[in-house]
Amino acid sequence: MANILVYALHYDGAINKNSLGAVSEGAKLAAELGGEAHAILLGENVPQDLAASLGKYGAKKVLVAEGPEGLAQPLVDAMAKAITDGGYKYALFGGGLLGFEIGAGLAARLGAGVVMEVTNVRAENGELIAERPILGDSSISEVKYRSEVGIVIGRLNAFEIKDAGGADAAVETLSFDLSPQSSQATMVTRGEQRGADVDIEGADVLIAGGRGLGKAEGFELAEQLAAAFGGNSAVAATRAVVDAGWYPYAAQIGQTGKTVSPKLYLAAGISGAIQHKVGMQSSENIVAINKDANAPIFEFSDLGIVGDLNKILPKLTEAVKAKKGS
Amino acid sequence: MKICVLVKEVPDAAVEKRIDPSTGRMDRSGEKNLNPYDTHAIEAAMQIKEGGAVPVEEIVAVTMGPESAVRALHKAVSLGADRSVHLADQAVAGSDVAATGYALAKTLQRENPDLVLLGQQSDDGECYTIGAVVAEHLSMPSLTQVIKMDVDSDSLRCERQAEYGYDTVQIKLPAVISVGDAINEPRYPSLKAIMGAKKKPLDTVGIGDVEIDASKVGGENSAAQWVAAKAPPAKSAGEIIEDEDTGETVEKIIAWLDERKLI
Repeated sequence: MANILVYALHYDGAINKNSLGAVSEGAKLAAELGGEAHAILLGENVPQDLAASLGKYGAKKVLVAEGPEGLAQPLVDAMAKAITDGGYKYALFGGGLLGFEIGAGLAARLGAGVVMEVTNVRAENGELIAERPILGDSSISEVKYRSEVGIVIGRLNAFEIKDAGGADAAVETLSFDLSPQSSQATMVTRGEQRGADVDIEGADVLIAGGRGLGKAEGFELAEQLAAAFGGNSAVAATRAVVDAGWYPYAAQIGQTGKTVSPKLYLAAGISGAIQHKVGMQSSENIVAINKDANAPIFEFSDLGIVGDLNKILPKLTEAVKAKKGS
Repeated sequence: MKICVLVKEVPDAAVEKRIDPSTGRMDRSGEKNLNPYDTHAIEAAMQIKEGGAVPVEEIVAVTMGPESAVRALHKAVSLGADRSVHLADQAVAGSDVAATGYALAKTLQRENPDLVLLGQQSDDGECYTIGAVVAEHLSMPSLTQVIKMDVDSDSLRCERQAEYGYDTVQIKLPAVISVGDAINEPRYPSLKAIMGAKKKPLDTVGIGDVEIDASKVGGENSAAQWVAAKAPPAKSAGEIIEDEDTGETVEKIIAWLDERKLI
């Protein structure tokens, strides 16, 4: 029997979408291995019905642990206890910052093998093989585990959410002790929204800006182009420029931001790091403008323009306006 | 306070990276440099030292890698580290993330740091996880992707972007912190610092010196085992326009968009 334990991140009464994907994937893989997928939630007074609702995605049992939310190390403690007591063969995480931290800490705690940025997992001869793209996604490594426990950390949006309509999962309380290191970190404030509350998820046309815009004021060029497209268009941003305070967090694409798939995604001054790519690669049409011909974004854009965005964007804005007027 | 900064030698960004098809390991020959993300960690250490909120006795750069990794240490020292430690041992070659984190933790243990800093990721392996592995082995609290850090005598107040917005976390020292690239703008080393880097103390150690259990490191002992490489699904290459005449470029973009009914 090979059971899989899936970490489910929750916030504000809802389970994270990537975690729902991970539970669905865990259920599929566990079935192939002849075992069950169980999920684990940790928090302060986690609602029972929220935990039980993971049954819809294929979890047979959900462990609920009481502890501080939003930090990785308490989950390492809880999952290590669950795995040691429950004999799980694999731990599975959807994409996301906390999943990376918990999975890595758990690997160290249990002496387990860990593979991150996994885009596909398959069962073969009773064990899992994880596929991980490397070198800017130019090659895929297949990795298996020699350890008793294997840890799989998915890439953002790698695992599809499948509402299998399963019955409520059995909910069990997990008691565990916090390790000394877990009690050394305290959440002061969580989930602070910086900048305006803009809505980009429903836009058909997204003009996205990165560090190549040069400064916060550079976003005016992106806003003017979005305005020229009119209708259902908006401006998005990369993590680097949001962290720098150039643009609101609500407009951020990628790893710790939004996932979008507009009809047109126009990336201006964005190099195309993996953490950005995972949030926009399913866009229908991707156009990139970057002065560096070697920028990774050209590897996955449909139309790439190597040039100075300060010259191109204003003229493009005028041309779009003219075309719209015609 | 003693700060250790973990650094790594990576292939130069301009060098095309490849995998050795027989082992699945990265071919690490060719031009190399200090991982650019690590320069933010060294700069963060320097800003704590210069900030004066707490006295910093020493900043020590620590790496694991082949002989050539000494250059990454020289670069780290030219950026402000006082001395460096190099874990150089054939026994650790080919270690996976978990084994590498264990070996680095053992190397750090001998230094007994109050704070361990590292960059958010390596430019080559694209792992964001080594900090969490190191912290677990050292039984220290840890946080990754930190973009603001205020230090006092026994704790850090850290900010970072996580799944649902910005989090502020108070962490007691000693701790392991991986810093995001938005935390600072690393300085350029002075010519004098570059010239002087080779004269700063460099301690080269083997696994025996830092009590690393040989059965837990190296490619053969790593729990994640590479089995095969395959090509990603073929994707038709996009069209590329080199902008020479911007008017013409824009016309081409408009035509391309128009063809797809995107305007």
